[in-house]
Amino acid sequence: MYRNLTIRQKQIVWAWAFLAIPILFYSIIRFYPTGNAILISFQEWNLLGDRTWTGFDNYQKLFADPVFWKVFKNTFVYLLLGTPISLVVSFVIAYHLDKTRFMHGFLRMLYFLPFMTSAVAMAWVWRWFYQPVPVGLFNNALASMGIPQFPFLQSTTWALPSVLAPAIWAGLGFQVIIFMAGLRAIPRSYYEAARIDGVSSWTVLWEITLPLLKPTIVFIVVFSSIGFLRIFDHVFNMTTNNPGGPLNSTKPLVLMIYETAFSAFDMGYAAAQTVVLFLVLLVVSLIQLRLLRDS
Amino acid sequence: MTATDIRPTTDALMKSQAPKKPMNTGQFIRWLLLFLGGIAMIMPIAYMISTSLKWPHEVYNLKLIPDEPHLENYTYVLEDGRFYWWFVNSMIIAVITTVCNVIFDSLVGYTLCKFRFPGRYIVFIAILSTLMIPTEMLVIPWYLMSQQFGWLDTYWGIMFPGLMTAFGTFLMKQFFETVPDDFIEAARIDGLNELQIWWTVAMPLVKPALAALAIFVFLGNWTAFIWPLIVTNSVEMYTLPVGLSSFGDEADVAWELIMTGAAISTIPTLIVFLIFQRYIIQGVVMAGLKG
Repeated sequence: MYRNLTIRQKQIVWAWAFLAIPILFYSIIRFYPTGNAILISFQEWNLLGDRTWTGFDNYQKLFADPVFWKVFKNTFVYLLLGTPISLVVSFVIAYHLDKTRFMHGFLRMLYFLPFMTSAVAMAWVWRWFYQPVPVGLFNNALASMGIPQFPFLQSTTWALPSVLAPAIWAGLGFQVIIFMAGLRAIPRSYYEAARIDGVSSWTVLWEITLPLLKPTIVFIVVFSSIGFLRIFDHVFNMTTNNPGGPLNSTKPLVLMIYETAFSAFDMGYAAAQTVVLFLVLLVVSLIQLRLLRDS
Repeated sequence: MTATDIRPTTDALMKSQAPKKPMNTGQFIRWLLLFLGGIAMIMPIAYMISTSLKWPHEVYNLKLIPDEPHLENYTYVLEDGRFYWWFVNSMIIAVITTVCNVIFDSLVGYTLCKFRFPGRYIVFIAILSTLMIPTEMLVIPWYLMSQQFGWLDTYWGIMFPGLMTAFGTFLMKQFFETVPDDFIEAARIDGLNELQIWWTVAMPLVKPALAALAIFVFLGNWTAFIWPLIVTNSVEMYTLPVGLSSFGDEADVAWELIMTGAAISTIPTLIVFLIFQRYIIQGVVMAGLKG
């Protein structure tokens, strides 16, 4: 039967044969669970009992929960500190590294190396750094210079930036490499023309380099924002004795989801939180794309 | 952006384009600051490794080079057995997932790129749309599924969500665009079937992309935390990140042992990076600009 088909028909048969297993996979492992998560978010369910339909109860409970608003704010603080800081720092490094020839490959390696580490391992290393004297490296260093102790993870004000620091640190190398590729893609002739016209390097940066880097900047902003909004590994591992503490001051949305689902087993409530996370990611990405592409 | 646009960029990235001239003072200061910044960047890694080689009495001093470096911490941690198991688990899971992604992502990418058939566009958009769904939204349904089918606390349970990725499929589709249709047509006339054409003609032509994909998938699964944390509950089934997290959380664990565990889970990827540096950085650029 196959022999009688035209070449075009044979191609269609092959294509669907190749796609059969993947389509099954995406249906069962991606699409069905997505629908299921939305469905569960409208139900009351503690894993053991029956699933009962509750309409928008989970969402109402969530929006009335002061912990949720605290967590929501923390999640955006991670985003609003993490994205601009890592964007500016990685651009400055890439800009200067691009102009440096001596030991170029070695310097690039130093900046990229943290990207190859595991977030959990590095969270524990930084957690050790942050301990009070006589344990923590940072406070020992401060003490040896006669500077007062810094509370890092103990303080409700400073715990969040302390948890964020290793997350920024680990992602920096990736952004530097992407920025350098973007800088290399700018045609040399633009710079030569500017030099002949005697334009200052500051003007070149603002009038040529940054506008032409826009696609790279958009990519890095959207990519790193999604990462900071989903922060979990660092927070969980640096605060295992009191997850998201002290006093929920470091708790992001993903940690709240994890605790609701797998410590409290309140599946419906946790599912509603995941739907909110999805909407937050979607809205933030769309706003960024709109703002950065048009301006 | 097509791959022909990219290639000169990634190759050029390997060496600086700055003019070959002796440095003046300004350039030297720039170099020195970059150098000091780079040293600061690797300090956490350096202190992790140095502490893993220290005796307990010198763990809390600031010296980077241990007085008497030794491997007792590694012997202790590995003899305990758990880290050995976690390492093996992580390796098995990362390797199988990587092989699966390399095969299926490229097969789907190839099909969507080189075949013309009704429904092609819908399949492409459907797969691409899964990129918008965060993993965290799926962990609850995945957990319920695993509970129902008895996948909790098994290798399959840890692996199944990541066996194919939309990111990898999209990346491979972009790269198969660079394979000329004439090659495929010629192979067809030679009497190869479509499966043979994909495997023996098209795949060898996108090797750099396959390497990039493999590195990304391996690193992602080696360091994956939230799903293995949820799906495993017996100590023997933990992966390295989950194991390290529970080990660090035990009462009265010495910091030098935690640093040793952290080093065990970090050193393999660092070694891979130092060996394949060039390919990895090219891969990051390719994946970053295309994905």
